[in-house]
Amino acid sequence: MSIEVRIPTILRPYTKDQKSVEASGSTLATVITDLDSQYAGLGERLLENGALRRFINIYINDEDVRFLGGLDAQVKDGDSITILPAVAGG
Amino acid sequence: MALQISRTIADAILQQSRDEYPDECCGVVLGPIGSDKAERLKPMVNAAHSPTFYEFDPKDLLALYREADDNDEELVVIYHSHTETEAHPSRTDIAYAGEPGAHYVLVSTREEIAPATEFRSFRIVDGVVTEEPVTFI
Repeated sequence: MSIEVRIPTILRPYTKDQKSVEASGSTLATVITDLDSQYAGLGERLLENGALRRFINIYINDEDVRFLGGLDAQVKDGDSITILPAVAGG
Repeated sequence: MALQISRTIADAILQQSRDEYPDECCGVVLGPIGSDKAERLKPMVNAAHSPTFYEFDPKDLLALYREADDNDEELVVIYHSHTETEAHPSRTDIAYAGEPGAHYVLVSTREEIAPATEFRSFRIVDGVVTEEPVTFI
């Protein structure tokens, strides 16, 4: 299983500046576990207390994972995951 | 470090802040990747519709990055307005700043300076805020 994961600038220090990396898994949760095993510390930037961080957006293909079941969202070979930090503030 | 921006774009951002008052307004200025040129204004919807918070809708955010990619552009400026306080990054602005390469522009519609004329630019990297000069071209 190979899934392309696009990494935003702010998280590229974890991926040796790679804009895009490969991961495997059948759900978003297992993909994140795989990413963290390849790029230590990346998982913690995506999750907080085991849940997706509020101000990190993750998309499978073009769909926000919040509408696909969150961490339980299914992924399959050839899918593309995009991670984007929210643009937000007060 | 400094921001150069056209007076036309800066005025349009200030006008947007007045038009959307009492909510905060927000948007970006795009430019060719690596150029640091703030060339193409793209106002965004404040999905929070709030006087104290702004957020790009997640769908709009993805579309924005796809559009920038397709045009070989990047987010040179990320701007928003403060409605009643000075044009300086708030604690939440600093906590959520996710683009270390961007100029974070703040404008303010606070009454003391009405009509809004306050336009300032900052870098926000790893929680550290550095104000930079703005040159209008």
